[in-house]
Amino acid sequence: MNVSLSIPKTLDIAAIRQEFPVLNREVKERPLIYFDNAATSQKPQAVIDALVQYYSNYNANIHRGIHTLAEEATAAYEETRDTVKSFIGARSREEIIFTRGTTESINLVAYSWGRKNIQAGDEIIISNMEHHSNIVPWQLLCEEKNAVLKIIPVNDEGELLQDEYEKLLNSKTRLVSVVHASNALGTVNPVKQMIARAHAVGALFMVDGAQSAVHLDIDVQDLDCDFFALSAHKLYGPTGVGVLFGRKELLEAMPPFMGGGEMIKEVTLQKTTFNDLPYKFEAGTPNIADVIAFKAAIQFVLSLGREKIRRHEQDLMDYATTELEKIPGLRIIGKAKEKVSVISFVLENAHPQDIGILLDNRGIAVRTGHHCAQPLMDRYRIPGTARASFAVYNMRYEVDELVKGLQRVVKILA
Amino acid sequence: MNPDLSIAETEKEIIEEFALFDSWDDKYEYIIDLGKRLPPLDAKYKKDENRVRGCQSTVWLVADFRDGKLFYEAESDAMIVKGLISMLIRVLSGRTPDEIIEAKLDFIREIGMTTHLAQTRSNGLLSMVKQMKHYALAYKIKDPVPSKN
Repeated sequence: MNVSLSIPKTLDIAAIRQEFPVLNREVKERPLIYFDNAATSQKPQAVIDALVQYYSNYNANIHRGIHTLAEEATAAYEETRDTVKSFIGARSREEIIFTRGTTESINLVAYSWGRKNIQAGDEIIISNMEHHSNIVPWQLLCEEKNAVLKIIPVNDEGELLQDEYEKLLNSKTRLVSVVHASNALGTVNPVKQMIARAHAVGALFMVDGAQSAVHLDIDVQDLDCDFFALSAHKLYGPTGVGVLFGRKELLEAMPPFMGGGEMIKEVTLQKTTFNDLPYKFEAGTPNIADVIAFKAAIQFVLSLGREKIRRHEQDLMDYATTELEKIPGLRIIGKAKEKVSVISFVLENAHPQDIGILLDNRGIAVRTGHHCAQPLMDRYRIPGTARASFAVYNMRYEVDELVKGLQRVVKILA
Repeated sequence: MNPDLSIAETEKEIIEEFALFDSWDDKYEYIIDLGKRLPPLDAKYKKDENRVRGCQSTVWLVADFRDGKLFYEAESDAMIVKGLISMLIRVLSGRTPDEIIEAKLDFIREIGMTTHLAQTRSNGLLSMVKQMKHYALAYKIKDPVPSKN
């Protein structure tokens, strides 16, 4: 008997596009081509609906209210926590802290864990390809504590030099904080192996997962990382929601980051006892609506299947890489073996800003500039790049339009 | 600049030129052409004190005060900004400080370049307009300001 599997091997991208209302709009009298997904992805209808439903049906402050609306809102908010827990493979829901985004998650660790544990002479390691949000919090901490910030260098292809990393690690290393997938280059760093090395010298490891969470399977237990940060808005979810995963023992030993409502157990004017995890780190009324809608975003990703999304995006990136390299004077910055679907490039005699403006005239949205990674741009001695980054709803014909647009840029600026 | 035309008349002239284009591509092609024809700024003026900072592109601007009038020279590392600079110089250079301070510069909006004044572009055009007006204000109140002389 022949059994045919009904699950399609590939995604129906045309159908997926229908779920994203914004893709129906025009820019400069042309259909929008959105290639700025590494900055923020567009939102599917289910996410938009979840926001509207919350405000229309059960808007209430969470956790303390005993009325029906408060119970419903609390349940929905906490369901997202459980969804995130499974999505990234955390051991318990107490390990999932909601923040405003990756930036706040990193700052939370730098302020709370860092201020308590870092002393003069201690060493923190980051890399040359970090986003400013994974540089500045550590610089501030190191300045305050007279600690030393060390930098893992990057090679011409855009990969971290693992030998150099090895040399930087020593008994004074307290923490390593490295980006999982680079927003400016697309490089996927071998964090699992890097984490093992850091642990071998007794250091903790934080992963900046802002770019990776949407593209890669994340399993914090398998990675064995101590902290992991991500942003909902790069994952088809709403803006203003981030996640900090932290190992429970670490989070329990860390002092609160902010004081206020929600994070306390008892307050007298003399002393306050703090609430249990995860609420200890969620002072004040959180971003209830957006946290609730984030669950719809994760479900959207899971329903399509991460592996299938990845294959589609990889296909687009390979295709775009081949086609872009045919353009005279175009140079791709970042040619690591392992990449997420991000292509950064420079064009001879064309300032990235000119490229961005001229592509926008054709309805094509790319990002231009230093991508909040100035030290990395300095490394390649360029003021910035133009960057096309792909999501599940992008298609090959859009890449063709990008290529045509760039050919015209070359012609006009020549 | 054409000394026979006022600021408002020069702006009107530019608006009329742009009315001839029916696509964005054509408009920008024209601006890029203006950029290409902008005389380069002498390298000695390309120093930090003459820099007008934008987030993505850099503009260098110098002003020269002669016979009660201000003369501007400027350049950018980005071509479209150079084209926009060229238009601003055409409108504002060779005018008295009062004329420059009072200039409305409505032509920027009229030709559809408002986005370049928006925060998001951060390309230095807005900063450049401000800087050009600052020079005018400074010369008006006879404050010593570094000029190219």
